[in-house]
Amino acid sequence: MSALISVRDLTRVFDVSKPWLNRVIERLPRALLTAVSDVSFDVPENSVYALVGESGSGKSTIGKIIVGLVPPSAGSVEIEGVDLATETDAKKIEAVRDDIQMIFQDPFASLNPRWRVRDIIEEPVAAKGGKTNGLAEKLLEQVGLSAADAGKYPHEFSGGQRQRICIARALASEPRIIVCDEPTSALDVSVQSQVLNLMSDLREDLGLTYLFISHDLTVVQHMADVIGVLYLGRLVEEAPRDKLFNDPKHPYTQMLFDAAPKMDAFGREVDPPKGEIPDAINPPPGCAFHPRCPLATERCKTERPEMRHIGDTRVACHHAE
Amino acid sequence: MTDTPVLSVRDLVVEIPTRHGVLRPVDNVSYDIHAGEILGVVGESGAGKSMTGNAVIGLLDRPARIVSGEILLSGQPIQGLKRDAIRKLRGKKMGMIFQDPLTSLNPLLTVGDQLTETILEHLKVGQTEARKRAIAALEEVGIPAAAQRINSYPHEFSGGMRQRVVIALALCAEPDLVIADEPTTALDVSVQAQIVALLKRLCRERGVAVMLVTHDMGVIAEAADRVAVMYAGRLAELGPVREVLTQARHPYTAGLMASTPLASQGRKRLRQIPGSMPRLGALPTGCAFHPRCEFAQDKCRQEPGPTLDRCDGRAACWFPLTAKQEVSA
Repeated sequence: MSALISVRDLTRVFDVSKPWLNRVIERLPRALLTAVSDVSFDVPENSVYALVGESGSGKSTIGKIIVGLVPPSAGSVEIEGVDLATETDAKKIEAVRDDIQMIFQDPFASLNPRWRVRDIIEEPVAAKGGKTNGLAEKLLEQVGLSAADAGKYPHEFSGGQRQRICIARALASEPRIIVCDEPTSALDVSVQSQVLNLMSDLREDLGLTYLFISHDLTVVQHMADVIGVLYLGRLVEEAPRDKLFNDPKHPYTQMLFDAAPKMDAFGREVDPPKGEIPDAINPPPGCAFHPRCPLATERCKTERPEMRHIGDTRVACHHAE
Repeated sequence: MTDTPVLSVRDLVVEIPTRHGVLRPVDNVSYDIHAGEILGVVGESGAGKSMTGNAVIGLLDRPARIVSGEILLSGQPIQGLKRDAIRKLRGKKMGMIFQDPLTSLNPLLTVGDQLTETILEHLKVGQTEARKRAIAALEEVGIPAAAQRINSYPHEFSGGMRQRVVIALALCAEPDLVIADEPTTALDVSVQAQIVALLKRLCRERGVAVMLVTHDMGVIAEAADRVAVMYAGRLAELGPVREVLTQARHPYTAGLMASTPLASQGRKRLRQIPGSMPRLGALPTGCAFHPRCEFAQDKCRQEPGPTLDRCDGRAACWFPLTAKQEVSA
């Protein structure tokens, strides 16, 4: 099975310096924030690849680079063998862009309040001059709303219904890949389950591939086939779902699992993890996790660990086995 | 545990008059919290859980107002008190922890100024003693190098540290009751675990009564002793956390539990509650949950659900689930 999305050595650096005059007066150096650092992974067709991590781990930035909203600083993203950042053949770019769509976190911010739902859903097709007769109505029914809703405005819908509209819009151009950036974080639990079930159904019916970005481990465990764990812009571990949850190799993954609240852990007393995510402008040398890591040795402080294969798992740690 | 509960809420009703009629975001809510106990309040957005907390601490924004019911703090009623008197109670007897630590601290004052102000206001101590206590309070919530950090401004702290400062602020006048409104929602998983552990430790060591408002069932399961489930302004279910979460009696609680993805269930399809919570302006007649309830009968459609004290005290439902039904569901 060939990879539908192939990410190689992806790096993205943001310049977060103060304006040049302040830098001159206050004698400050340029501040560069490395949001994504040397990340490589493949997403096979018709699978769900999940990226998990805490805030500032670079998961949303990777999603934006893949759909082409943010250019990479180094490295490449190939979708169906085409690199959107360097490809010059307009036809190929067009074809790939049709195949990839995105669902955003906040359904209140990602729908234009002045457009009718019909126009919102048809836009990805109408923008390219495609035929849109009855398209919105068909898609609305596919995501569990009624065709009569097409004439309404977004404010007439609840959060869960709006997220369904976002999904309908993402489906309009008949994509093969959907990048979902925290699609259920803004929703209540009972509505979240409706949206997750809908996404699973659509994946089976339409043969979609999802890149699923989330911080919620229980949601990821429910949805994903393969999971990549990010820490401070670096991929620290990647493994198939059951492998990752049953036998996490990286100490950060283990810490994350221990810290996550569990529904069946009544009155659990655990030692909470120590410390916080370090500053991404001045990341620690060597392994980024070493200041919080129980296994850290001298080597971890100086040498950044390479990705190693252990069985099906890929892990970036000197001590994992 | 003493006999008089620290906080006792009886038949509390909060109303908001609007152009389109009177809304009731809190409708006939009654519960007690004892010293050293954490009561979890869960529900989806709009269920009235924050509104209940704000009503207790006297921070309801107009035009919302308490229409009827009683709030007893250590046996003393607090409605009818003058605003000044409530101000004295707030901080001294009740502390509040808000969701967003950045907006609940004054960005123009150092953390130390904010802590000493609260201590001087409520305790009879001098400036130096107040500062000493402020440092002790910061140390207690686990802020390293508290003596230096006390002169920092809120923006110099990270999110988790800022939430610790807010907790120190809520606790520095040694209140009997702390209302924590979504204290970990804005935080990352690893920091959330730290804050939950901190709340539990403080509750145990100081015997503070905590009302923990959240929508995260996982946090409730780990932290709370008892849990109150709210739906559309009413209490749906109230009981010890283990019983409510594992053997729900109210169909809404059962649905909520089933729709949360669990590690053990794997890739099975999630059970979903159809529809969404009704808006307060358009509550259905009868039990507010009946349009979404799979066990609804005619009685549910006509008569509003029973209040807790009029049934078994556990689930506000005409036909509470029995263990057998749960299995078949």
